[in-house]
Amino acid sequence: MVGITSYGAYVPWNRLQRKSIFQAMGWYAPFTYGVAKGEKAICNYDEDSLSMAVNAGMNCVNGLDTSKIGCLNLASTTLPYDERMNASIVATALDLKPEVCAADITGGLKSGTTAMIGAIDSVKAGSSESALVCMTDSRLGKPGSAYEHIFGDAAASFLIGSEDVIAEFKGSYSISCDFADLRRANGDSFVRNWEERWIRDEGISKVIPQAIMGAATKYGIQPSEISKICIGLPSNMSAMGKKIMIEPEKFQDPMVGVIGDCGAALAGIMLVAALEDAAPGDKIVVVSFGSGADVLLFEVTDAIKSLSARKAVKACLANRKELDSYEKYTTWRNISPLEVGIRAEAPAPTALTALWRDKGAILGLVGSECTECGTRQYPPQRICVNPACKTQDKMKPYRFSDKKGKLFTFTGDNLAFSYDPPSIYGLVDMDEGGRLWMDFTDVAIKDMIVDMDVEFSFRRKYLDPGRGVAGYTWKAVPASVAKEVE
Amino acid sequence: MADGIKDKVAIIGMGCTKFGELWNKGADDLMVEALDEALQDSGIDAKDIEMAWMGVCFDEVNVGKSAIPMSRALKLPFIPVSRVENFCASGTESFRGAAYAVASGACDIALAMGVEKLKDTGYGGLPDFGQAMGTLNRMILPNITAPGAFAMMATRYFSKYGLTREEGKETLAKISAKSHANGAKNPKAHLRKEVTVEKILKAPMIAEPLGLFDCCGVSDGAACAIVTTPEIAKKLKGEDFLKVKALQIAATSGEELMYKDWDGTYVMTTRAASKRAYKEAGVTNPREEISMMELHDCFSITELATFEDLQISPVGKAKEDIDAGFYNLDGQIPSQPDGGLKCFGHPIGASGIRMIYECYLQSLQRAGDRQIKNPGLALTHNLGGFPAMSVCSVSIFGT
Repeated sequence: MVGITSYGAYVPWNRLQRKSIFQAMGWYAPFTYGVAKGEKAICNYDEDSLSMAVNAGMNCVNGLDTSKIGCLNLASTTLPYDERMNASIVATALDLKPEVCAADITGGLKSGTTAMIGAIDSVKAGSSESALVCMTDSRLGKPGSAYEHIFGDAAASFLIGSEDVIAEFKGSYSISCDFADLRRANGDSFVRNWEERWIRDEGISKVIPQAIMGAATKYGIQPSEISKICIGLPSNMSAMGKKIMIEPEKFQDPMVGVIGDCGAALAGIMLVAALEDAAPGDKIVVVSFGSGADVLLFEVTDAIKSLSARKAVKACLANRKELDSYEKYTTWRNISPLEVGIRAEAPAPTALTALWRDKGAILGLVGSECTECGTRQYPPQRICVNPACKTQDKMKPYRFSDKKGKLFTFTGDNLAFSYDPPSIYGLVDMDEGGRLWMDFTDVAIKDMIVDMDVEFSFRRKYLDPGRGVAGYTWKAVPASVAKEVE
Repeated sequence: MADGIKDKVAIIGMGCTKFGELWNKGADDLMVEALDEALQDSGIDAKDIEMAWMGVCFDEVNVGKSAIPMSRALKLPFIPVSRVENFCASGTESFRGAAYAVASGACDIALAMGVEKLKDTGYGGLPDFGQAMGTLNRMILPNITAPGAFAMMATRYFSKYGLTREEGKETLAKISAKSHANGAKNPKAHLRKEVTVEKILKAPMIAEPLGLFDCCGVSDGAACAIVTTPEIAKKLKGEDFLKVKALQIAATSGEELMYKDWDGTYVMTTRAASKRAYKEAGVTNPREEISMMELHDCFSITELATFEDLQISPVGKAKEDIDAGFYNLDGQIPSQPDGGLKCFGHPIGASGIRMIYECYLQSLQRAGDRQIKNPGLALTHNLGGFPAMSVCSVSIFGT
């Protein structure tokens, strides 16, 4: 049996109220009033689709054995690099073994499900014992467009394997066609579209039923057997129910009012939400749309009851902060220019040789543990830092990114350049040993309290557009309150 | 066991420029001016200098790398000249080179110069650290500045010793107010205004909990010392010279940042360097034996922690001495009689030697309006880096 063995989600902390977009841009685009409802999740200034993918991936594999992962498929239409494998950055950040076939799967909004089919095929074929899929997107709608309201940022992740399968893969059915509803040419920042009525009538209303009926026929499934259908489109699709003979209540909520259309991750994050509420025996259909459609069929197993608590959609939705300003959003997303000052204008060059040498420390937050005295230290040391030990070259790697700690001391620095001043940083004493000096994010200075519990989140540390380098690192965040998957 | 350099090195001349935002002076102007004063003071000729050291930290701002900027500016005649750098402790590092040269007998007369030209960056505060801490650190350290890195010590100190933010900030404000009162009396100081505790408490926040007046001036300036053996000093100057009693430096082993024992409320290197300095100078009860101090008050919290690290105030109790005026100009151990980094200003490479300059003036009764009574042993404390990763020098001087 091959299928999903674990899942995770990531939704950024900041939620922008759509009415604040309308307040800023409604004078120009009064027609957006209809979509100016609810809120959308947006990346913090230090997040992008790649960092979200790592966090979703960590939420998926945290506490599980990652040594068997032989395939990593990263799906997105907004990856930071066109040349330099983004999936390899994710693999290093998650401290996976190097023997992984990592791939960026991109180009269309169905790339998320296509990445999943590829991962499943890899496990089925025996190429890898286990495969990780990360789906992520952070797309931009132009100011004054409906897409600026609709798009939201999020990521989903699934671990695929053949042991402890919680949702067995029953089959897939795909259609690929050049239905050019949405597009971005190389170098474009914003999504362009053709007329919505054409997209609805000639695209969605025809391609999706064709794909679903095709899958049903191929696998001999009656629509009445289906427990839940996740259609990765940013509106309630239950009106389609009659056409495909599925009751309206079986349509999974796309969560557009709380997250937004997260592109290549949308069908995935809906599947995560469905799995959070699923019972053994449930049959779940996942449908994506974009340059064609993919349909995936899953059946939930008894093993879902024994999966350890995951940080998934519920936990992510509970961890939120209302962003009070549309201007912060446009500044962080580089829609509006910002006077960063001379101090921040010319970042020092990134030594890619050093990044390669110390990739584990920089991207994976991997330090070292002295095998003589047990002292855990960061960054990795040759000679043990314990003054009573100082043993040389008896270290083994030790990963901090999935551990928790306590805030030892901190500051909020108004002199250091930050896109969200003050720049907050502090020392973290790890619960299981080790001390780290970390940037903090997703926290207000007033909520920083010595001894508070902290954990880590993968972030973009800096962007050097002049040299085409995005630097990534782990930052500290307040530890989330215990979130149980009921 | 080596017996150290106590009484082996004498300072026979010193010079120090005015510190400040010296828009129209470059590092070469500052070094020429500092040396002029020191030569006049010592009575020697420039050609008598046999070896020279230059301390500068941010070489990429104005000064440039190597010893060449100084040897060229001062037209030193092909003698050995070295440039040294140890972050903000670079000045004392320069002095150490010259002092060791004399103490070892490598030469009779040596020059120690410290210089920094910070105001060519186009913005307030120190130059950006960029790669200054190495390529790896740049990628793994947080987005730090100096005030933030020191502010973390204040946060921890307040937390450990049960000071509310208000009590803590008021204690720190008293430290800064004292230095402003002293700086106002010093014609060479960068900042020469007295400032009230109330005004300090209301200042804009730089790095929580440190406000503007908790931070020292960012200045241009140079200071230098001409050193020789006590025997030669006696011949040249009679009794009008100062002797080195101790000169110690300690650099971190990395424990503070990577090992959990350090509690974040003090500076390990200061404790290590001062312990050795007291031993070298033969000081057993610093609170009774030290008569004045020039401390590395880059931030008010640094001065507070240093009071304790030097074993002057009991650990956790510096507030009591600060409240009692113990460190004021008319107190038992005047601290920063020249205004300190806070008000004299902080041209990085010059500061360590500027501290010695004040010890020299006070010890030789030349400090004018701010002259302290009965100067005895004078101590300088020059700290580079941050509390969590530092290099510190502690020196003691006496006649």
